[in-house]
Amino acid sequence: MVRVAVVGAGYSGFNANSPDLSWKEITYEAAVRAYEDAGINPRRDIDAVVTCAEDFWEGFAIFDEFCPDQLGGVLKPTFTVTADFLFGLANGVMLIKSGLAEIAVVEAHSKASDILTFGNVVKFAYDPVWLRPVGRGHPFYLAALEKSYYSNLRGYCDYTYAEVVAKNRKNGRLNPDAPYSADLTADDVLSSEPLFYPLRKLEIAERSDGAVVFVLAKGDIARELNPEPVWIDGVGWNSETSNYDTMSFTAVYAMKAAEMAYDMAGIENPAKEIDVAEVDDRFAYKEVQHIEALKLAKAGEVDELLESGYFGRKGEIPVNVSGGSLSVGNLLEATGAQKALEIVLQLRGEAGRRQVDAEIGVAQVWRYLPTATGAVAVFSR
Amino acid sequence: MVERVRGIKFHKKQDVAIVGAGITLFRRRLNETGKELSYYAVKQALEEAGLDISDIEMVVMGSAPDAFDGVHMKGEYLLDGSGGSNKPYMRFFVGGGTGVFAPIAGYWHVASGLADVCLVVTEEKMSSSHPHPQSAFKYIWDPILDRPLNPNLIWIFALEMRRYMHVHNIKHEDIALVSVKNKANALDHPSAQLAAKITVEDVLNSEPMSLPVRRLDVSPPSDGASALIMVAPHIARQLTDEPVWVDGVGWALDTTWWTNRDLYFPRYVAEAAKMAYKMAHVTDPRKEIDVAEPYDPFDYKELHHMEGLGLARKGEAPILTREGVTARDGDLPVCPSGGLLGVGNPIAATMGVKVAELYWQLSYRAGKRQVAREVTTGVTQAWGDLMQVGTVVVLSNKR
Amino acid sequence: MAVGKKDISAPPYVEGRELELEDFEEKKVTYVEDYPDIRYQFTAGQAISKFLNGLKEGKILATKCNKCRRVMVPPRTFCELCFKPADEWVEVRDTGTVETFSISYIDPDAKPLDEPEIVAVISIDGASPKMGILHKLGEIEPDRVYIGMKVKAVWKPESEREGMITDIKYWKPLEVE
Repeated sequence: MVRVAVVGAGYSGFNANSPDLSWKEITYEAAVRAYEDAGINPRRDIDAVVTCAEDFWEGFAIFDEFCPDQLGGVLKPTFTVTADFLFGLANGVMLIKSGLAEIAVVEAHSKASDILTFGNVVKFAYDPVWLRPVGRGHPFYLAALEKSYYSNLRGYCDYTYAEVVAKNRKNGRLNPDAPYSADLTADDVLSSEPLFYPLRKLEIAERSDGAVVFVLAKGDIARELNPEPVWIDGVGWNSETSNYDTMSFTAVYAMKAAEMAYDMAGIENPAKEIDVAEVDDRFAYKEVQHIEALKLAKAGEVDELLESGYFGRKGEIPVNVSGGSLSVGNLLEATGAQKALEIVLQLRGEAGRRQVDAEIGVAQVWRYLPTATGAVAVFSR
Repeated sequence: MVERVRGIKFHKKQDVAIVGAGITLFRRRLNETGKELSYYAVKQALEEAGLDISDIEMVVMGSAPDAFDGVHMKGEYLLDGSGGSNKPYMRFFVGGGTGVFAPIAGYWHVASGLADVCLVVTEEKMSSSHPHPQSAFKYIWDPILDRPLNPNLIWIFALEMRRYMHVHNIKHEDIALVSVKNKANALDHPSAQLAAKITVEDVLNSEPMSLPVRRLDVSPPSDGASALIMVAPHIARQLTDEPVWVDGVGWALDTTWWTNRDLYFPRYVAEAAKMAYKMAHVTDPRKEIDVAEPYDPFDYKELHHMEGLGLARKGEAPILTREGVTARDGDLPVCPSGGLLGVGNPIAATMGVKVAELYWQLSYRAGKRQVAREVTTGVTQAWGDLMQVGTVVVLSNKR
Repeated sequence: MAVGKKDISAPPYVEGRELELEDFEEKKVTYVEDYPDIRYQFTAGQAISKFLNGLKEGKILATKCNKCRRVMVPPRTFCELCFKPADEWVEVRDTGTVETFSISYIDPDAKPLDEPEIVAVISIDGASPKMGILHKLGEIEPDRVYIGMKVKAVWKPESEREGMITDIKYWKPLEVE
């Protein structure tokens, strides 16, 4: 069986804004670091380049046009997948397993600070006939509806989500690339503005800019490049439905994506086998949903485990030690990239002051409002 | 720096076959939503393959700018219509090249062993964009260097066409023959939007858009969808005696700085073809390819792409066209479907007149469109972005 | 094995209901209109910022890669072919050669223009061969334009320049001077 490993990872740093650099220049920086890390010459060595981008996040009609140069992909097999980085990663794995590439590059970036009307862009993803004409409010109301439904179903109270926020923003204090990290308490969160009741301001991740580039290689080549690469043991992705009114509101997409990835990785008991997890927390309740979906805890038991510190940095399964998106910021299609990057750094032992002891890690992402689509990747060292 | 032995690629997990295809009507405006069009195409492909949606393991979507449909993240929006609900599903997008790229993505879903049955759906609903589908193309340009000049999409084609004509000293009359041929071929395609018997004079006298490009040099904007079913060999054997195999795939993306390139030759197509031919063990395409469906959104593009695909020497494609070599009963039939010029150009959904047509030709199911000569191997190609991307698929009915 | 001529016509049928423009105008079909307010501010970045500032001063700036020795316009911070940072800034001339051109009769929304406009890729003198930019031609009849024609930039008055590509109004034939 062909195995696939991460042999190089580079990123530009994550910042609340970046008025001095264009998205090309940010990506170039990440790419140079990744190629340096992998010890390859992109113009000679890479067989395929995957960019993850959505037109309306970028402000273009065909963003694919603007992908190759900054990645060294000129006149090479380069393409765009309109999804998160983890979907791109899955393509990288498939490209290598299908023999189309031996070394593949996956990139995602966010230049969220270029978007002046973020809410309107999000709303433009809503069904034009059913949903867009409903209400004049900011489109985040859908997240509030989901949170409300889910909390009732499970019996979680708002304090649980406030604890997620406090945990992640504190975790971010040890991460030099977490512009929104803060010393917060759950009470601070609960007393923040209820922008979309029951969703409060501090439960929502702010936006940030940044780029991440991974170099993937086929097993034998990976070992030549790096005697101890980080292996991609499994990838999975899944979509529920495109209609908000028929979604499960319990992150079934994440559960099925995880089942696919675990199956590929041969993981039978995730709660025992996974050492560290980075999950999508762009709304605080999403982290709780995703912990359940990844089977790191049983449904309905996350609140008690959270309170006991089980998912803390020093807990049994540290979740979002990077500070998560609540600390690092919403990186749009690079959100999963930041999560995968954190797992790779943790497995390599390069996570600095936030290092935890881990051999197997999982990264998970959701495709944001209004979707029920997500992807999962399992890494090991 | 690692020293590697190159050329050991194409060690795929399994071969990939096409066992079904579907296509909708192509029209300037259709009543159906993009979801509904996708559904029609999928339903037909499933019927041809003899499969049910529950047999589909993974779904690949191909669709071009969100700005057409007027929906951000339109892959997610099209999810249910394209049969992706509760399945691994993702959308690929390489501009106009998407129609041939989506099946390439479908190929690696199966060849990697991650899926045994993969549905590939492509959709475009250009009529949602107002005042004109071309309005969406305002945003394909560099926002700082190009957009302030108020560019129209046709410009890039006109500039490329002029350069191609200049370098090889090609007359507009010779290019117009492609439009005449393809629109006539389209008379036999049930989806066709602009099938017609026209003459070279009609093309030369049609309304100027962005000279040298005139109205009849151009394919129309359209609504439409198409679908393909790609499977592993053990599934193909259960379904049919005559699957069509994917022998080679290739794609390449040239630099964004298109004004820094000589536009007379499509290197992006040549590089993509090189990859696909290498994989398919095609060494002399002019001899080994029996039928071709190159991308023809503009008449000169068919010629340009034939040269990129190595089906003609540089500057030779107009001569082959004039001599009837590329006619449906010629030695190298090109765009027997009627192409984009005749059937219509719902960007990504042109998979239905490119890859699906080649599949039908190679399985001898193209009916009145079936080419006269015996066929075993065919090539199809699409192109997109700022004259940047080439996507190539080689199919064969022999293993 | 049945590969060979047979009496099957695929696709067997096609679905879809065609609409005419009048169906919308006469409201015979149901539809929902949306006029989204979606706006961006594109960060120009290091290279293009300097380029735009150069235009304000009436200069065309390029960057040079010392490995492939290309002088690149539009300038970039890195050479995409060598994949290394560009090495230096150089000023190139405001004259050039028409590489290809078109006479456009339509605007970005495909509506007819009152007067056709001439657009061209112009390779810039002082940059490497084929290093062109997209721009417009003026002070010439459309039927007089040819590939290989030498042209010169016509700048806006300094007070009206704002650091945009349109600080060059258009390019005119060099021989007219």
